[in-house]
Amino acid sequence: MEVSYNALRLHPKDNVAVALQYIGKGETVLISNFGEDLIATEEISYGHKISIQAIKENEEITKYGECMGKATEEIPLAAHVHVHNVRGLNENERADIIHHMMKT
Amino acid sequence: MTKFYGYRRPDGSIGIRNHVIVINTVGNLSALTRKVAGLVPGVIPVIHHGGESQFPEDYVQTLRTLVGTAGHSNVSAALVIGMEDDRIAQEIEAALIEKGKPVRTICLNCNLTIQEMVKEGKSWLSAALENSKKETREQCDITELIVGLECGGSDAWSGITANPSIGAFSDMIVHEGGTSVLAETTEAIGAEHILASNAINHEVGREFLTIVRNYDRRIKETGEDIRSANPTPGNMAGGLTTLEEKSLGCIKKGGSTPLREVISYSEMPSEKGFVFMDTPGYDVESVCGLAAGGAQIVLFSTGKGSPTGSPIVPVIKIGTNPKVYEIMSEHIDINAGKIIDENKSIKDIGKEIFDKVIDVSNGEKTAAENQLNQEFAIWRLAESI
Repeated sequence: MEVSYNALRLHPKDNVAVALQYIGKGETVLISNFGEDLIATEEISYGHKISIQAIKENEEITKYGECMGKATEEIPLAAHVHVHNVRGLNENERADIIHHMMKT
Repeated sequence: MTKFYGYRRPDGSIGIRNHVIVINTVGNLSALTRKVAGLVPGVIPVIHHGGESQFPEDYVQTLRTLVGTAGHSNVSAALVIGMEDDRIAQEIEAALIEKGKPVRTICLNCNLTIQEMVKEGKSWLSAALENSKKETREQCDITELIVGLECGGSDAWSGITANPSIGAFSDMIVHEGGTSVLAETTEAIGAEHILASNAINHEVGREFLTIVRNYDRRIKETGEDIRSANPTPGNMAGGLTTLEEKSLGCIKKGGSTPLREVISYSEMPSEKGFVFMDTPGYDVESVCGLAAGGAQIVLFSTGKGSPTGSPIVPVIKIGTNPKVYEIMSEHIDINAGKIIDENKSIKDIGKEIFDKVIDVSNGEKTAAENQLNQEFAIWRLAESI
């Protein structure tokens, strides 16, 4: 069966979707498990991420429903989300997560 | 309950293969071991390069791995090639005798010429192989199966296709009373809180966090930082951005049932259900530990087509994307890439993996077995003395 979408949102909490094929700048992004279509503001390579919400600086990037890092700058809607605008968590942030988990 | 046909051993364990093996106790007997194995077609050489000049922590780990390998339920009989007064050989022999498994040790420098050693080895192996052919399979419950969960050569699709499908399989086998063992401590760093919060109780959760912290500490002691080495440049080109993202994808193999136990490298689980084994991320050493700890099969997801197999357990390869399956189908058993381009669901592929595990348990050969991929390496903790 021919698929009609070219990106996939993995979890309802996610603010990014994964490109199922190369998506050119200006191309329509049809996202599986997400209500609205977007127009890509940048090119998105196969397997790379696109923002499906505007994301503020220092806001968490959520994939699989979990925090996978933080935005290092403001990321507009339908932009490429990768190492140039996201960082992994630092040691203190990691320790906080574990500490919080152990309390609950 | 799902059934399969396996070999019931005198100690009650169930094998899904009936290998006759030759195993060396120390690295300098490698060539001799390979030579003896080569004289009897069908016999499998299990060769390693440790066993001598090791710190106690490595000696204990090497010994546990060799005993677990030679005594494995997939092994019908084992010939041990050792040295004079060889403690490793004595320990392997004692463990196998206790299990009621046929074992013979031939030692170098024990009043035999090399020629006599080789002749004696060949004659014992020929008889053991003949005996193994008389052993037959009988019906067994799926609760007897221990399946290792592994990945190697991850890509951005690992966490989306193959790993969650392995997770769906893990949930299925655990619900039927079987056991799945997730490995690779390094691959959980950054997502350890999720597995820990999924533990059956606080104690198991804390044990899991401890092995992750210890591994992280050992890496830091060498002056390296896992966070600067991961994701690798190859991972990043594929779309993985952070260590957390890679690890979140990795732990998907564990599915959603509670983590019941945390075990050491090459240690046998004492619980049924979902278990974690402390292993390195290097796939050959990790598969070796899973097998020595009693897993009869290992599931292995790969985005880049790692050919890693095992001398004693079938390794089922699951490709993460359509391309890797297309170009490396002789290495890969299942194409989870169908989730990307054929609209298959994670549940569909999970069921396909489940059916394949039962077929392989009944004797169907995996791609790695057909290719004779028999990698074997024991995780080293320290340098040689």
